[in-house]
Amino acid sequence: MSTKHEAKADLDTRPWTGPTRHYDILKEGAIALVIVTVLTVGLAALFSSPDDAQLTFKGWAQSSPDTMYTAAVSELAGSSESAGYGPPYNNNSDGLSVGPIALQKWAGVTHPFDAAQDLVIAPLESQQQPADVAAALATWKAATADQQAAWAEAYDTALADAEGDAAKAAEGDYGPVPALATGLVAMGASGAYDGAILSRGSFFTTDYTKQLLFMGDGGYMEDKAVAANLGGDTWGMMNEAGSWPGQSWLAFASVWYQLPMFNTEGNVLTDNADAIIFFILVVLCLIMILVPFIPGLRSLPRWIPLHRLVWKQYYKENGRA
Amino acid sequence: MSADSSATGTDSMTVSGSVSTAGSISVMTEDAPTTWTGSLRHKWMRTLPPDKMLPERQPAYVTSWIYVFGMATIVSLILVLGSGAILTLGGVEWFHTSSLGRFVNSLHFWSVQLFFLFMIVHLWGKFWMAAWRGKRAMTWMTGAVAFLASVGTAFTGYVITTNFNAQWIAFESKDVMNAVGLGAIFNVADLGQMILLHVCLLPAGLGLIVIMHVLLVRKHGVVPPLEALDPDAQKAQVA
Amino acid sequence: MDTLGVALDSPAQYWQIWEWVQVSIPNLIWLVVMLLLFVGALVIPFPKSAAK
Repeated sequence: MSTKHEAKADLDTRPWTGPTRHYDILKEGAIALVIVTVLTVGLAALFSSPDDAQLTFKGWAQSSPDTMYTAAVSELAGSSESAGYGPPYNNNSDGLSVGPIALQKWAGVTHPFDAAQDLVIAPLESQQQPADVAAALATWKAATADQQAAWAEAYDTALADAEGDAAKAAEGDYGPVPALATGLVAMGASGAYDGAILSRGSFFTTDYTKQLLFMGDGGYMEDKAVAANLGGDTWGMMNEAGSWPGQSWLAFASVWYQLPMFNTEGNVLTDNADAIIFFILVVLCLIMILVPFIPGLRSLPRWIPLHRLVWKQYYKENGRA
Repeated sequence: MSADSSATGTDSMTVSGSVSTAGSISVMTEDAPTTWTGSLRHKWMRTLPPDKMLPERQPAYVTSWIYVFGMATIVSLILVLGSGAILTLGGVEWFHTSSLGRFVNSLHFWSVQLFFLFMIVHLWGKFWMAAWRGKRAMTWMTGAVAFLASVGTAFTGYVITTNFNAQWIAFESKDVMNAVGLGAIFNVADLGQMILLHVCLLPAGLGLIVIMHVLLVRKHGVVPPLEALDPDAQKAQVA
Repeated sequence: MDTLGVALDSPAQYWQIWEWVQVSIPNLIWLVVMLLLFVGALVIPFPKSAAK
């Protein structure tokens, strides 16, 4: 380091011996508190805050029974997104990875979840059901796993071919699956499903994992989110329901989800987007934290001297190096 | 200059005038501390004596509106904590059915928006002033960590609002958490865990970081201008 | 809804800037306010006081 550089570094480090001015930190704080309080109260009174009503299974069953029906079948067939999710819910997939780093898989199954059992069978069993549903339950439970899979997968495929319209599904051997799905939707429409999936037989609960997973399968929740422009690929991360401002500070995270390379079906980058983008963000955060140590980046303020605006008055009265 | 502690009952150390006395504050003529407590007190009084904590003067270069944004951020944080505290009295479902609850929720919502607004302006200002100079790297780093901790705290807040937004945000963010194995520890669909994180652990952590950040600013003082002339050299020239 | 104020519960307008770049008007306002505060802070003169 040159002596000039050293002298400057020394000036930056040692206590200031130059001219001073009056300073009342508490008064400044008090004025700031009043101003920001007035702003906050004003904004709150004028614009209120968002509160879009929560989705319920009752709402789903009543407004879109067909999608709930097909979702129930997909849970029994194991073809739903949550059934094949992988860790931490089950081992039906390895999950996302970045090259050889497979953190999702390594973390293991810590919130065990069996789609068919947890979302369909157990809730149905927890209530008194009409005779045909009760019979269907008995048939399902008496069957082997292979038989259950055969029925459910066949019906799942038939429904997919009929584009979700059960009335148009081809004839076939689907066992108790249609009755189970019908029973589930009926349970949903009555509101009983909301209660059953919440309590799962216990008194206290704060864990809504199963509900969230089922609600996300079948498109009901996603359709509403996309309609409100909250979908990930439309900057949804930083948006808010209605016309309120969202989390604008998440722009640096949201931007990556807009890039075409993370939005192309079948692309390995897209398949592992969440993991890759997370690592990108970690790097960006580290860069932000470590700015003082990054050559070039830490010199940017010298090269683009916005500081001359900050200290304009001081430079004018006391000179500038 | 120290009073005999047994006579006055207090251990008073008067430091003359402003903090502009260069070098260490060499007023401790009492015996070296023999206790942990005494050592801590001595270290504290050396680093952050009262007139450094609550000064009445500041360097003359602190004359720009950019300097108000640190204070504005802290003041917004106070409002966030205050409105949040009132919300805890009503619980996470209060604001759906009570108009008072809705108003308090709005106070919390807008104070958070202002908090981030002021914090980012503060961050930008500090970057362009290269405020990490003069051994102030920790000040910058604690500030950056405070920003990131705030983003995380805000996220847990959104996830506990027990409305559609909370459902959707939880549904989407679980994928990010799970993708990197964090979902094994943090379950965004576990309301109990998210409420406790948002109301207890994260604000406490953030509070500690902010306190550290502010104490570091008080310790090192406001960074001198990038192209400031050495005031001692200037005085020597004039003399 | 709040009787005092402006109802914000209708869907937001969006400004499509280019291809996949879009921003909601409320967020845009937020970003513009932030930018104005930053620029204003640098440019608006600070009241002079007697320096010692």
